[in-house]
Amino acid sequence: MRLRLAFILTTLLIVAAACTQPQDTQTQASPPPPGSGLQGEAESLTIYSGRGEDLVGPIFEKFQTETGITLNVKYGDTAELAALILEEGSNSPADLFFAQDAGGLGAIAKEDLFVDLPSDLLELVPEAFSANNGQWVGISGRSRVVVYNTKSVKEADLPASIDGFTDERWKGRVGWSPTNGSFQSFVTAYRKLKGDAAARDWLNAMKVNDTKVYEGNSPIVKAVGAGEIHVGLVNHYYLLNIRKDEPGITAANHFYSNGGPEALVNVAGTGILKSSRAQKTAGELIRFLLSSEGQEYFVQETSEYPLIEGVEPLPTLPALSELDSPDIDLSDLDDLEGTLELLRQAGLI
Amino acid sequence: MIRAFGSGTGELAGVVLRPRTLGLLIRTAGLAVAVTAAAIVIAVPLAWFTTRSDLPWRRFWGVATALPLVIPSYVGGFAFVAALGPRGMLQAALSPLGVERLPEIYGFPGAWLVLTLFTYPYVLLTTRASILGLDSSLEEAALTLGKTRWEIFWRVLVPQLRPAVAAGGLLVALYTLHDFGAVSLLRFDSFTRAIYVSYRGSFDRTAAAILSLILITLSLLIVAAESRSRRRADYHRIHSGGGRRTLVIPLGAWRWAVFAGCTFLVLISLGIPVAVIGYWLVRGTTGANAIEPTLTAAFNTLRAAAAGTLLCLLAAWPVAALSVRHPSRMSRFIETSSFVGYALPGLVVALSLVFLTARWVPFLYQGLALLALAYGVLFLPQAVGAMRASLLQVSPQLEEAARTLGAGRAGTFFKVVLPLVRPGVLAGSALVFLTAMKELPATLLLSPPGFATLATRVWGATNDAFFARAAAPALVLIALSSVPLTFLVLKERSQEESGLARDGR
Repeated sequence: MRLRLAFILTTLLIVAAACTQPQDTQTQASPPPPGSGLQGEAESLTIYSGRGEDLVGPIFEKFQTETGITLNVKYGDTAELAALILEEGSNSPADLFFAQDAGGLGAIAKEDLFVDLPSDLLELVPEAFSANNGQWVGISGRSRVVVYNTKSVKEADLPASIDGFTDERWKGRVGWSPTNGSFQSFVTAYRKLKGDAAARDWLNAMKVNDTKVYEGNSPIVKAVGAGEIHVGLVNHYYLLNIRKDEPGITAANHFYSNGGPEALVNVAGTGILKSSRAQKTAGELIRFLLSSEGQEYFVQETSEYPLIEGVEPLPTLPALSELDSPDIDLSDLDDLEGTLELLRQAGLI
Repeated sequence: MIRAFGSGTGELAGVVLRPRTLGLLIRTAGLAVAVTAAAIVIAVPLAWFTTRSDLPWRRFWGVATALPLVIPSYVGGFAFVAALGPRGMLQAALSPLGVERLPEIYGFPGAWLVLTLFTYPYVLLTTRASILGLDSSLEEAALTLGKTRWEIFWRVLVPQLRPAVAAGGLLVALYTLHDFGAVSLLRFDSFTRAIYVSYRGSFDRTAAAILSLILITLSLLIVAAESRSRRRADYHRIHSGGGRRTLVIPLGAWRWAVFAGCTFLVLISLGIPVAVIGYWLVRGTTGANAIEPTLTAAFNTLRAAAAGTLLCLLAAWPVAALSVRHPSRMSRFIETSSFVGYALPGLVVALSLVFLTARWVPFLYQGLALLALAYGVLFLPQAVGAMRASLLQVSPQLEEAARTLGAGRAGTFFKVVLPLVRPGVLAGSALVFLTAMKELPATLLLSPPGFATLATRVWGATNDAFFARAAAPALVLIALSSVPLTFLVLKERSQEESGLARDGR
């Protein structure tokens, strides 16, 4: 009996020893002097990805096979990874941060942890989809939509703008996710376009109208498909992804295309960390993601909008130019504090 | 370690508290109390039924009723919403009967139900271990003194089991405090959820740190309450009479009622999640390409959990030994502070470890050792609790006797103490191992880049609504963590039986 315990302990010890073997480190060069473009190359890159492995893993694989550069990817929640980078500061092992939304990128840019990207990278996408200060660049676009249950709601019956959901008719039928980054970006856009007072009124009216709170977009789309609620405020691609598994889901997206905050097109994007010793290599990865091959991948696999010229979105989606996204600078969406204060006052977070 | 953590966040403190905080505090404490109470109500009778009664298939139920522990709450939460939500699978099954909508499970009832179902095994395991370690001659003595079964249960068994029930209950209460998966999916606004929101939304580390400090205070109160309930008493026996045949108590007509109850419990707590995940797997079309990454992830999960368990065991032994053998203010303080990590959300522990290591020990940073360290901090109390419970049953006189007979310190430890506390050590390691396997928030932040575990795979896939792709890793995770648990329960059994054999000779 004692032997067995000793055996277990030894096994644990061996396993533990086996896994503390150091990971091979990348080329050790001294960090580059500031303001001299991207510096440093390496055989491997460390990426913090706020986008899931199921969404972006395959395109990273492709880059590895084509270039022979090893990518070590850490997947996680965009905001948590941003918190991680802020906590790590200049000791961050990350070369590149791939974030779900402009808000996460803004948080890093604010602390001045990103390098300025070279203009040949920034010029690949329309100006609206990169940072004002050139510290991050959008990779793919996503539109805010209203997802509705096609059995319970006719598209024609949806209100003309997001404000219509405060009507008695929609009481208890709408779902939202106040803790979600995309939703918060939308509220920030609302504030920028219509002012804080209007945003506060809208939030309160929605809350009074018994809008249901969900944890994230997938549960909302699931709930709409099940008929638990009839309408959900989400990003466009969740439904398209769920449909791959559940072709029969009785839900559809409604694009507002009215220049209001509900028509906001946000981006998933990347920035290169100042502390990186492989900035040039990281730049190559961004160039790859913004190549037609990379962009085609996002069209097919994540159902998002391509941002470069010459690649078309899925034919089932309205064109990017038709979406009539509000005239707003995505860099301004980093003013999260004000939005969170509103959400707190409304008792939503 | 813990104190260092305190200074890490302590420097961030000093910001206004919101009035909402009090409400949160009351709600969270309420949930913890309700979940713990329900877990004890389920687990204590169950522990007795599966060890001492003539319940049909007793051995099977012993394993099956402990298994819900292997279901991660973020998977269980999804499964329960899918199954019992207002328009979930149960509603679909009932719709021919005209049921349009089920009552909401969101909020307190749902969080309470899910957390109770996935945590009562903590109490079950500690209580069972304790019942099996009991000397049934005490009961026999009571029996010869003319006491009824009922009186014996209350006056002989219950007082003896109190430390074990309290230890299990403590784990349940602290689990409830730190859980994020279940409360967020079931939309219950708890303290931990507030901490996550403040990290995620605003990258607001100060507010989150303050909330964490409040959570620490709350957990210390609970730990203090537990140690108060553990009155000064001797629970050990001197002779080895425990190897004697234990009493099997006939349930009579109640046999099948208890049987039905066990069936119902296992169907709900284990059947629902497994059925829902199985359904995702079968229905989905994207599940097939998840096989290979799942294997790598399974391997990584095992490695990380093994390293964490080992670290935990090494750290837990001195804490348990000190608190049992040399009770003092200091040892109580050490023991109490070892519980803090467990009550804190994994995210907070992970970020404070980042804060410490990225700055001062960069060579450890983002290595597997750091992840193991996080598991150690998070799950130490599970190991300490189990070890302490079994150490309490070992009389110090045995050690003294060994020393008098010329055995050295090490000899006494390896030849006398270790064999006697082995059940506790094994129980502790199995618990730590399986909770480390399903741990998510710290694993996400601290695992080396490119190091996917089953838990992170499940999280990633469900997060992007690829439920079919989440199914394979989730099932593998459940299956793998069932192994240590089954081992743990069967181990108890074989001990009981080896006792029988010895007795027969």
